[in-house]
Amino acid sequence: MASKGICDRVAIVGMGCTPFGEHWDKSVDDLLVDASQEALASAGMTIDQIDAFWLGTMGSGVSGLTLSRPLKIDYKPVSRNENMCATGSESFRNACYAIASGAYDIAMAIGVEKLKDSGFSGLVSAAPPSDGTAAAITAPASFSYLAPAYANKYGVEMPELKDTMTRIAWKNHKNGALNPRAQFKKEVSKETIANSPLIAGPLGIFDCSGVSDGSAAAIIVRAEDAYKYTDKPIFVKALSFVAGPSRGPLDPDYDYTTFDECVAVAKDAYQQCGITDPRAQLAMAEVHDCFTPTELVLMEDLGFSERGEGWKDVMAGKFDLDGELPVNPDGGLKSFGHPIGASGLRMLFECWLQLRGEAGKRQITNGKKLAMTHNLGGAPGNCVSFVSVVGSELDV
Amino acid sequence: MRGIVAYGAYLPYHRINRQEIGQALGQPGGKGTRAVASYDEDTTTMAVEAGRHALASAPGFKPEVLYFATAEPAYLDKTNATGIHAALALPEEVFAVDMIGAVRSGAGALRAGIDAGVPALVAMSDVRIGLPGSTDERDGGDGAAVFLCAESNEVIAELIGTASVSAEFLERWRVPGEPASKVWEERFGEYVYLPLAQKAFENGLNSANVTVEDIDHLVVAGLHGRAARGFIAASGVRKESVVDDGVIVVGNTGTAQAGMMLADVLDRAQPNQLITVVIIADGATVMHLRTTDAITRYKPAVTVAGQLKGGKEINYAAYLTWRNLLHREPPRRPDPDRPAAPPSYRNEVWKYGLEGSRCLSCGTRHLPPARVCVKCNAVDKMELERLADVPATIATFTIDRLAYSPSPPMVAAVLDFDGGGRFLSELTDVDPEKVAIGDRVEMSFRRLYTADGVHNYFWKARPMRRSN
Repeated sequence: MASKGICDRVAIVGMGCTPFGEHWDKSVDDLLVDASQEALASAGMTIDQIDAFWLGTMGSGVSGLTLSRPLKIDYKPVSRNENMCATGSESFRNACYAIASGAYDIAMAIGVEKLKDSGFSGLVSAAPPSDGTAAAITAPASFSYLAPAYANKYGVEMPELKDTMTRIAWKNHKNGALNPRAQFKKEVSKETIANSPLIAGPLGIFDCSGVSDGSAAAIIVRAEDAYKYTDKPIFVKALSFVAGPSRGPLDPDYDYTTFDECVAVAKDAYQQCGITDPRAQLAMAEVHDCFTPTELVLMEDLGFSERGEGWKDVMAGKFDLDGELPVNPDGGLKSFGHPIGASGLRMLFECWLQLRGEAGKRQITNGKKLAMTHNLGGAPGNCVSFVSVVGSELDV
Repeated sequence: MRGIVAYGAYLPYHRINRQEIGQALGQPGGKGTRAVASYDEDTTTMAVEAGRHALASAPGFKPEVLYFATAEPAYLDKTNATGIHAALALPEEVFAVDMIGAVRSGAGALRAGIDAGVPALVAMSDVRIGLPGSTDERDGGDGAAVFLCAESNEVIAELIGTASVSAEFLERWRVPGEPASKVWEERFGEYVYLPLAQKAFENGLNSANVTVEDIDHLVVAGLHGRAARGFIAASGVRKESVVDDGVIVVGNTGTAQAGMMLADVLDRAQPNQLITVVIIADGATVMHLRTTDAITRYKPAVTVAGQLKGGKEINYAAYLTWRNLLHREPPRRPDPDRPAAPPSYRNEVWKYGLEGSRCLSCGTRHLPPARVCVKCNAVDKMELERLADVPATIATFTIDRLAYSPSPPMVAAVLDFDGGGRFLSELTDVDPEKVAIGDRVEMSFRRLYTADGVHNYFWKARPMRRSN
């Protein structure tokens, strides 16, 4: 992969993130106003200073008007991005490139999703007219394919794997209990998680991320301008995104214990910013824990664990808040739910807080200067994936 | 000689115990079981399965006509035989037509097939529904039979005589849209049927120039059980020659009953035996068939007796739900979209024929057919290849308790086909608790769901059942 990257060329100087949850009293417009106002306030800006906007949403609106209308943006470019569960991160990535190119001085990336208005359980998305032959399984079911495949490949007994899945959910809820913006702000016992009603395969309801509404926003400027707006900017070290060829559903060589797309973006992102040992070099990682087996497999795909060892590292607490590499310190999708367009920017918001020392009770104190976010969208063997690496200092 | 060159019967996997019905309704249940078409089966899909069994035993057979008989068609106005034709991957030139509505259509299709003058595929299929607590519910059954008929030296059973009588009277009837038949007082039907059957029987003996003593196997089919039994008793045929009507285990499969009984007889018949088929429905039809030496070489893909041995009992609530007689709370998920006509039309060889594509450059199989190879990226270097009869192995699986299904939970698996190719498929006729990586499966044509009046036909995998 030949991406050159834009390491240290742009910086985040303001961010906002609404509480995530069941916002029966707030519309998509309200969430966009809340997140953008908080971001502007944190950068000490007004909206007329923003030159261009990138809006990420999967299903809460189409076109730039979804943002320009509620914010009353006066005749400025607003792009609307959609890339499944990487939607929010895509708006961020494109905004960063626009600033790096010199086309604009200040850009806003904002993501939003309102899922709770549908009235259905889980995600609902409109598909184009079809011949009706694609297996209509739900997202938890398609990710649950990972569990027996992983157990089978590495000789892990299913009860052991279930313990690992449970521990991932327990850890993320434990982190989320420390986060006032989370949808679920309390710890959940391992017993409750392990015994929750089954949804798909071995996945109980607590192995699945929640369904919520939310919005998050970031303001991006060229790195050399960053200190004009804040004393503690966050610099973009790496951005990587891929869409896979959908090999999994076609190719028997794909074994459902990895996401090729995530391996590719991690490798590309690490190369852009010189990371050689992510587990040692990163202060924290926000990864796409849509379902507990996903987070397990990601520990290996993102290079945090050796192949087949991820489950042992999880059980040993390596990715706990006080572990060697804290993963999902804000509570993850598990505690926040997954309003598609907002999630990537919500992850970035945690990096913003942690690297600036503003994470309160969750503050990580390992002294490292780099943090990463990761998304994947689709299903195992058939997905898009995104990785960003950000840092609190230039040239690290 | 003209007659039957191959045949196949299909018995669905599920049964309901009559005691279970009795207990649920607080009434005597009766003995035995009845066969139950699964929630994802209908007369079209069962005819496809029976057709696959028949064609597997006669690989070179090229039908020029396809006659489909059922009293329970999945569609009106639109031909159902074209769906069977597509799922069997028959050539476009085949004349596929329905003979639907009446149980007697089965007799019509079989006679028309043998008389066709060109190779014919005759499908007889039925799903018998009675209102809860009725005799039809208890004694009905679901199943299908297919006969491949031709003028050929390979005929295993030659037609040597026929006779038929027709009569107009009100014994059993159903207005379109109603789930179940209405019947007149049982003794009235017996009174009318007995002389009609006897007359057809005598005319048939004369037509074939045989006597009652010559009959080795007597197949008597008809939904009027009392008339059938009365006719047999009066026929003078040797008791040991009377073929079991299958009602105790399978139930009476209506349009398919004569076909399934005949298939069962052919499974075990010796050369030079006389098989007499009597179908009592709106009159009576008689066919005399004489087996030939070719039957000793004939290997059925699956026998009726073999299918009787398998099978899983379901509870009455599931049965009622499957037959749309009990409306249960759906999952909190959107209803599925109806399949759209243009993509279904464009993808017919995939949706019905289960044809994938094989890369001519590197041999990789693609399901569904693709233009660009996932392995070597060659473009438009593909040939179509049918995978309906290729077994597969489960690579990983799930039980989806959230997905919409007419009978939750949905069981799905990643399938790797023998000889290459992968597909993510629903499983059917399966115990969710017993699925495992490495399990062997085979493909089965099913009706996934019905949305907006459109039946979504496609293939699912089921645990290996066929003997080969």
